[in-house]
Amino acid sequence: MNARNALLTRWLLFGEWRAYPLRALAAVAAIALGVGLGFAIHLINAAALDEFSAAVKSLSGQADLEVRGAQPDFDQRYYPQLAQHQGVALASPVLELDAVVPGRQQPLKILGIDVFRAAAIAPDFIGIPAQGRAFDTLADDAIFLSPAAMSWLQVHQGDLLRLRSGVHIVTLRVAGGLVHARAGQRIAVMDIAAAQWRFHRVGRLSRIDLKLTPGVNRAQFKAALQRELQGRLLVTQTRERTERSADMSRAYRVNLNVLALVALFTGAFLVFSTQALSVMRRRSQFALLRVMGLTRAQLMRQVLLEGAAFGVLGSALGIAGGYAVAAAALHFFGGDLGGGYFAGINPVVHFTPMAAAGLFVLGVVVALLGCAAPAMEAAHTLPAPALKSGNEAGALTQLANPWPALAALVLGALLTQMPPVEGLPVFGYIAVALLLIGTVALMPRLSGNFFRLLGLRHARSAVVTLVLARLGNAPNQAVIALGGVLTSFSLMVAMAIMVASFRVSVDDWLSHLLAADVYVRSAQGGDTGALDTQAQMTIANAPGIARVDFVRQTQLTLAPDRPDVMLIARDIDVRDPGKILPIIGAGIVPQHGLPVWVSEPMADLYGYRLGQQIVLPINGHMQQAVVAGVWRDYGRQFGAIQMRLADYRALTGDMDVNDAGLWLQPGVTPAREIATLQHLPFGALLEFAEPGEIRAVSLKIFDRSFAVTYLLEVVAIIIGLFGVAATFSAQTLARVREFGMLRHIGVTRRQILGILAAEGGLLTAAGIAVGFALGLVISLILVFVVNPQSFHWRMQLHLPWGMLLSVAALLLASAIVTALIAGRYALSGNAIRAVSEDW
Amino acid sequence: MLELHHVTKSYAGRRRVLDDLSYTLAAGEYVAVMGDSGVGKSTLLNLIAGLDTPDAGDIVIDGVAMATLNDDAATLLRRVRVGFVFQAFHVLPHLTLLQNVALPLLLNGLDSARAEAMLNAVGLRGRGQDFPRQLSGGELQRVAIARALVHRPALVLADEPTGNLDPETAHSVLMLLRDEIKNNGASAIIVTHSVAAAATADRVLMLTDDGLYPA
Repeated sequence: MNARNALLTRWLLFGEWRAYPLRALAAVAAIALGVGLGFAIHLINAAALDEFSAAVKSLSGQADLEVRGAQPDFDQRYYPQLAQHQGVALASPVLELDAVVPGRQQPLKILGIDVFRAAAIAPDFIGIPAQGRAFDTLADDAIFLSPAAMSWLQVHQGDLLRLRSGVHIVTLRVAGGLVHARAGQRIAVMDIAAAQWRFHRVGRLSRIDLKLTPGVNRAQFKAALQRELQGRLLVTQTRERTERSADMSRAYRVNLNVLALVALFTGAFLVFSTQALSVMRRRSQFALLRVMGLTRAQLMRQVLLEGAAFGVLGSALGIAGGYAVAAAALHFFGGDLGGGYFAGINPVVHFTPMAAAGLFVLGVVVALLGCAAPAMEAAHTLPAPALKSGNEAGALTQLANPWPALAALVLGALLTQMPPVEGLPVFGYIAVALLLIGTVALMPRLSGNFFRLLGLRHARSAVVTLVLARLGNAPNQAVIALGGVLTSFSLMVAMAIMVASFRVSVDDWLSHLLAADVYVRSAQGGDTGALDTQAQMTIANAPGIARVDFVRQTQLTLAPDRPDVMLIARDIDVRDPGKILPIIGAGIVPQHGLPVWVSEPMADLYGYRLGQQIVLPINGHMQQAVVAGVWRDYGRQFGAIQMRLADYRALTGDMDVNDAGLWLQPGVTPAREIATLQHLPFGALLEFAEPGEIRAVSLKIFDRSFAVTYLLEVVAIIIGLFGVAATFSAQTLARVREFGMLRHIGVTRRQILGILAAEGGLLTAAGIAVGFALGLVISLILVFVVNPQSFHWRMQLHLPWGMLLSVAALLLASAIVTALIAGRYALSGNAIRAVSEDW
Repeated sequence: MLELHHVTKSYAGRRRVLDDLSYTLAAGEYVAVMGDSGVGKSTLLNLIAGLDTPDAGDIVIDGVAMATLNDDAATLLRRVRVGFVFQAFHVLPHLTLLQNVALPLLLNGLDSARAEAMLNAVGLRGRGQDFPRQLSGGELQRVAIARALVHRPALVLADEPTGNLDPETAHSVLMLLRDEIKNNGASAIIVTHSVAAAATADRVLMLTDDGLYPA
């Protein structure tokens, strides 16, 4: 393009923007919102994931390999065996605890280390004692805290720190700091023997870090050691742990990013409607340029360039805004976007050029796609007829071709049957996009036929005839008006149905699970506050209690490359497990073998089936078990296994429990029983809750985890409404001559406003009706394809009628009001002059 | 300059509009074409400009047969050699007057300085930064004339250039059009219903169902 052509391009571009600045701004804002949300979510997730991974890496120091148990701790007899193993230069034993801090919601991570061994592998975690107290690193009452931990616990060197050990309090002396700990990392270090003794873990280790002899092949050594250990312990690398952390939150992160893209997708429709209207309005101008010698290719390039300009500006603003939003969100709310995967870390935003470039390009491509059809329309319009006014209704006729739309719908339906890709419902998302595109593209034909049919039956008055004739005979304009609103409303309907279905299912599930009268928990966070047998007996024998259901929960690693699953042990009647578990389908009573009940995600992830023999690594032994049933679990996305408490105790010797459900004797109220238990010697350390409270808190957490989802949906709806406002205003103002003619032949001003309100209302009502049907179909995909494939959760369908009808009514009212406001401008010559036909 | 050889054009499902039409327009000649509504006057201009194609026959401009050109080539020929004036002005509303007049220069890759001189020539000195909404109908047609001639086209085609103007304004616009065409040494075809408008041309032709004849 030479300089003069570039000048012409600029004139045409800026002339259009100068004349319709608000419309251009709306299109730019739509792209900016979509790109900005996507970038902000990416930055927040990336920062949280980076910080989480860095924290995991720092805990492992420079170890080549880690040896861990399938459960949180294992017998230390493996330590000398590994320390003397050929190829091992150094073995460092570690006891890792999440200590319960009285009065705090979150635990304090404590590393119990052998300071002489750890110095070679993780020197950053060697505490710095006070001057003249070098032996504090070995003292049994000393603990060293990172600066962040000191600040969080509000203690200094020399202060005393109270921590929970079972139902007792352990008091430790803050002997110094960990000056090389990561900024914001709350961590404590103490001598391993002291930690084992103080927290009742004598003879237990969490892991053994290995430094290999130089020249030993790490992969080969790892494979050989894993074979040697026969599955009793797991050999892992730090990288695997960080990857596992990323995998845990991946589906949630991807789903959030897809929602951000929905806003961008809706923005593409706004660009489409802006450019389509602009091209229709400028048909004669473009025809003139063609007559004067502008080639088809040049004209097409001009329209595409206008769309690309929206994309470039919107993307640039979006990247800048997204970065600012991410920085603010991380500063004020931390890195957890409601999913609960990154709670308790302190990430900092880092600009990621690749992601920024990717989203920038995506924003521009989306804007270009939005103006592709208008550009084609502009280039292929014949100049001679287009120079004459009155043929705008014939514009965009290619949109009325139903075959591409029907093909998209059929392909979308077929893709719903495809399996997930790498654990992500990729085809499910593509199916949703195809259904949206297909339905939007079919809108002209659907609405045209519907209103033509309506016109044949009800064309009695002139006003009704005018309304129905326009809606029936200019259907291509319907798709322009409704593209954005149809997209956003249908997606809102789909999300609302999915979330409501999920919420109702969770509520039902909680009602089934929370069958006891009162629940007792020894500590909210951490693993050092379990109830020992004496405490259990004290509770069970307390007055007013008819029955107690003690529950032991512990982590179980089935595969090093997969997130841990939860092992839950409790009293389960093998003949009637449904009394305590929300069993799905039939169960079996195994004649031989250990009965276990696996959760629904477990069955999905590990392929467990009813009656299947499985092997579980429990207490260092490979234990044969039989799947006696599958139960519904919305609490643990990566799977949970329930077994009888007696079986668990026989296998592990672990007699502790974490929680208890209490059934009260007739006439005893929960409040009275709680008061009784609070008077026990350790009663002050216990937490009590009634089922209603747990249910309320759980649903609050549920709603919080979907808060970002609601926010993104609201953004998409606002963009959609922006599209309606822009389109109705533009179409109404473009019809000034038509209204002038109607006024000349005796149509009153009020009647014209009535026509506009009716057109706007009917068109939006059609959009809402189709949007609802489409939203319902998409919700079925979300409920029965996307959710099971992403999170392995299945649920019953529930339609939130009240919310859907409210949003539909609001949308309808907004559309009618917009049409009326635009109509008032159109009927006021001065107003048109004043705003240059803008809105 | 322009040769029409046995040009025939009809529209789908309609009668034949032009039937075996032949004519030669000499360089510097300025002719007016009159005729009844629907006889094919505008169609004739569209065919000459390459905006439409004849069913039969040839149109040759400066030795180049239009039938041999594809859409892009016809567009380029139109860009360089043809200037258009329309009944409805078709001045782009969001460009200044100067920008409107400079459009053909930019499309042809020429310096746009001449645009101001053309605006001066059509009596709009000092109005270059005004927008079309600030002008009367007569003034808008002056802008259109300036735009049609600014790139010194060999052929000017005018389709009812005064159809939207009052007689007094129409007369001044027609005289301006004629003067500018002559000053630029262009050939011109003006299609009109107006006898007064036709009278400003060197020659007046009547287009009928039977062909093109001197009036």
